[in-house]
Amino acid sequence: MTQAAQLVRYDEAVSRYEPVIGLETHVELGTTSKMFCGCPTTFGLEPNSAVCPVCLGLPGSLPVTNKAAIEYTIRIGLALNCTIATWCRFARKNYFYPDMPKDFQISQYDEPLCTDGWIDVVVDGEDIRVGIERVHLEEDTGKSLHVGGATGRIHGAEYSLVDYNRAGIPLVEVVTKPVPGTGALAPVAARAYVTELRDLLRALSVSDVRMEEGSLRCDVNVSLAPHGAAAWGTRTETKNVNSLRSVERAVRFEIERQAAVLDASQKVVQETRHFHEDNGTTTPGRSKEEAQDYRYFPEPDLVPVAPEREWVDRIRASLPELPAARRVRLQAEWGLSELDLSQLSNGGALDLVSETVAAGASAADARKWWMGELARHANESGTDLAELPITPVQVARVSALVQAGTINDKLARQVLMAVLAGEGDPDAVVQARGLAVVSDDAALTEAVDAAIAANPDIAAKIRDGKTAAAGALVGAVMKETRGRADANRVRELILQRLA
Amino acid sequence: MAADAAGELTQLTAAEIAAAVAAGDVSAVEVTRAHLDRIAAVDPEVHAFLHVADAPALAAAEAVDRKRAAGDPLGPLAGVPLALKDVMTTNDMPTTCGSRILEGWRPPYDATVTRRLREAGVVILGKTNMDEFAMGSSTENSAYGPSHNPWDLSRIPGGSSGGSSAAVASYEAPLAIGTDTGGSIRQPAAVCGIVGMKPTYGGSSRYGLVAFASSLDTPGPLARTVLDAALLHEAMSGHDPCDSTSVDAPVPPVVAAARQADVAGLRVGVVTEFSGDGYQTGVQARFNEAVELLESLGAKVVEVSCPHFTYALPAYYLIAPSECSSNLARFDGMRYGLRVGDDGTRSADEVMSLTREAGFGAEVKRRIMLGTYALSSGYYDAYYGKAQQVRTLISQDFDAAFEQVDVLISPTTPTTAFPIGERADDPMAMYLADLCTIPSDLAGNAAISVPCGLAPEDGLPVGLQIMAPALADDRTYRVGAAVEAALQQRWGGPLLAQAKGLAQPRGGAR
Repeated sequence: MTQAAQLVRYDEAVSRYEPVIGLETHVELGTTSKMFCGCPTTFGLEPNSAVCPVCLGLPGSLPVTNKAAIEYTIRIGLALNCTIATWCRFARKNYFYPDMPKDFQISQYDEPLCTDGWIDVVVDGEDIRVGIERVHLEEDTGKSLHVGGATGRIHGAEYSLVDYNRAGIPLVEVVTKPVPGTGALAPVAARAYVTELRDLLRALSVSDVRMEEGSLRCDVNVSLAPHGAAAWGTRTETKNVNSLRSVERAVRFEIERQAAVLDASQKVVQETRHFHEDNGTTTPGRSKEEAQDYRYFPEPDLVPVAPEREWVDRIRASLPELPAARRVRLQAEWGLSELDLSQLSNGGALDLVSETVAAGASAADARKWWMGELARHANESGTDLAELPITPVQVARVSALVQAGTINDKLARQVLMAVLAGEGDPDAVVQARGLAVVSDDAALTEAVDAAIAANPDIAAKIRDGKTAAAGALVGAVMKETRGRADANRVRELILQRLA
Repeated sequence: MAADAAGELTQLTAAEIAAAVAAGDVSAVEVTRAHLDRIAAVDPEVHAFLHVADAPALAAAEAVDRKRAAGDPLGPLAGVPLALKDVMTTNDMPTTCGSRILEGWRPPYDATVTRRLREAGVVILGKTNMDEFAMGSSTENSAYGPSHNPWDLSRIPGGSSGGSSAAVASYEAPLAIGTDTGGSIRQPAAVCGIVGMKPTYGGSSRYGLVAFASSLDTPGPLARTVLDAALLHEAMSGHDPCDSTSVDAPVPPVVAAARQADVAGLRVGVVTEFSGDGYQTGVQARFNEAVELLESLGAKVVEVSCPHFTYALPAYYLIAPSECSSNLARFDGMRYGLRVGDDGTRSADEVMSLTREAGFGAEVKRRIMLGTYALSSGYYDAYYGKAQQVRTLISQDFDAAFEQVDVLISPTTPTTAFPIGERADDPMAMYLADLCTIPSDLAGNAAISVPCGLAPEDGLPVGLQIMAPALADDRTYRVGAAVEAALQQRWGGPLLAQAKGLAQPRGGAR
């Protein structure tokens, strides 16, 4: 059966159907060494340079569990309000693929380290509680590069290159319970959950969560059922959705696509699907019928993991302030409304503003720049705010330059754009572009006199006491100085000259 | 050194060689040369070795001699030659596991056992033949042809460590390393008339042992005397942080136990399930004599029933193949070893299939398929899950038995060495060779096989198996050494002295 290729308009789709979403998120842990050997986890090394007999799966080699990875996973589990297993085992997930050195992955199956937790996510100003099914630990695979062929996948490639540096890096999988009831906000909720999880992981210092380096990857589950239906619909699992924006788009697309399938009285096929960054669509991968039998069984090369309760308690006691608690604190400290706060959180600006404040800016200024000029720029260029090539320290410096009167708001916007364009730090930009405000009276007086001479009618009005007319002369001076003049000082000077 | 004297060197025990080297009566190089010469003379017929490492062996021997000359202390096995089963990785020799799929593979690292032997000054002569990936009881499953029993070259030397047992029984080496998953040390030792010991699981490191069944595989010693086996046991064992299943406990006092060699007051249990139909008359007769001997030496012998041992064989043939189906997945032609069909037109999947089709032998394929089936969704509980439950019951049988007795005994194998080819097409008959040895693998405890005479009907060696609780490896040596001493007194010398052919120290190439 071929699936209907057409889509239903989003608002129509959600008016007829209720979506249920679920997310499986893989996070590479930021441990110094790999999951089962001593090789470094550093990103971007020469291919196949961070490998050894163990992570290459050479015959005879054996894994030894990295205790730090267990600890990081327990941190995550505790922060997600999970139960930490007293005893659990790793399992082998068996399937053949060239980038998997042993042709099985050491993972966890029916005995995950953390189970049954939750996290609150703010969607449209309201808290939604997302249930956490499980958090388990596994090893990453190597990375394949398929050369030639149209799709970049192994089928049709001329040849493939495999880099095993990534093989064996500890990977945590966080699986949510199904999330019903988000309605039309399902795509936003999915994005908000991943954002919240990302912020949580960062706060826990267990991962640097660089989505562009693939250290956080999502599988997005979506099903639709008619409003009021007793049972949920058949779900699809869209694999490897690797940015916040893509998570939102993938959910949205699946809702539009599945609605069309259901409208045509067809059945949604339970299958994995591929997401396409370029056009935001998904296409079929493996269907359930072709699904692999992974033949899970307990990993006989490893002993069970049995975290002592005292250790778990110590980890619990050492947890840092978590994002939700911090939001409450910052809201009070910065005097924000609920709306301000949710805009900051949803825009991914909370950390950035916080760091900008830490670098010396006022909360109001930091918010103004990140949520104004920079948010607009991120939106236009389709990137996440945090991925803009500008640091909180640089924004704080721009703010300080405005405070000191060195530049004004208009110039500040130019400086920000120049920093984004790679022209260097704010001070360097101001200097190189000669953007500093001219507040030297001698230079300004010259420009003021020229403006008065060029506009005798306006000058006369001001002399007659109509000081509101001064604005026109200020504008002329600003134009003459290409915006670099201190407008307040110019106004004072004009009024002085024409008093 | 004269040829005759060189011949005498190969007759010495490991303990005697180590003492002679330490005393300076003979150099390690002379000892090594004598054994390399013996290999050159008899191995064309025995075929114990897949690879003989003349140059590295002599270099290792020279290092021992230099150390001695410098006055540095030498370990208890320094300068003693050894044959290493080709399942242990070696960074200076190939490691094939008896398989085409690993032909020519040179590991970039030493197994922990290999490293410990080198550090102890043991001289590794080369790598011994084995059933492919240790799956078999005869070495007939080796891709490189079978090894031959030195007692009778038309018969199997046992397996899977048959190259190791044949090397020791033919005086090519006083010591060898084998690995035991279902009996692969004890059964070859028994049918070659030598000593073979399966240590407690986790007592010797698996790091660098190319896995067949991870929860069962155990490296251990083969030797011509119980004391030699104990010396090697001690040298190769101990906790290894590279093996998570390695036991973090002191090595049991096996050498002291082998020297103690006394069973007075010891409680010995005869496993009732391991007798009767299927046991060769001569095997049963020699075993019964051993029981009487133990009683005469002051042991208290009782019969002990271990009712679940009957299910050990079927449980083993679910657990071991299940683990093997996963362990052997990595041999896919992508990274090392054989690659077939990579002609630019085929997909990675096809190349994997063609490589495995060409690279694995029939028995390996059979077990991969058995294990794949047993682990499949919908069958897991009925097969792998049930087998694990049986495994627990077998452990409980042992626990109950060891509350009554200090050691359990049985024949090591139901029959003596069978002719090459006799069971090659009958896997079930082949599997029965491990009937008595499998329970100790499933329970992970210690078990040794020592020679207890010849079966009158065929004149071939019979092995006595002595089983002890986990980490009580020393008990098996204590009992084994007592039996050995009493029997050698009765025989007027070692059992091998009664051998014809190449198991005879003077037996040369024909």
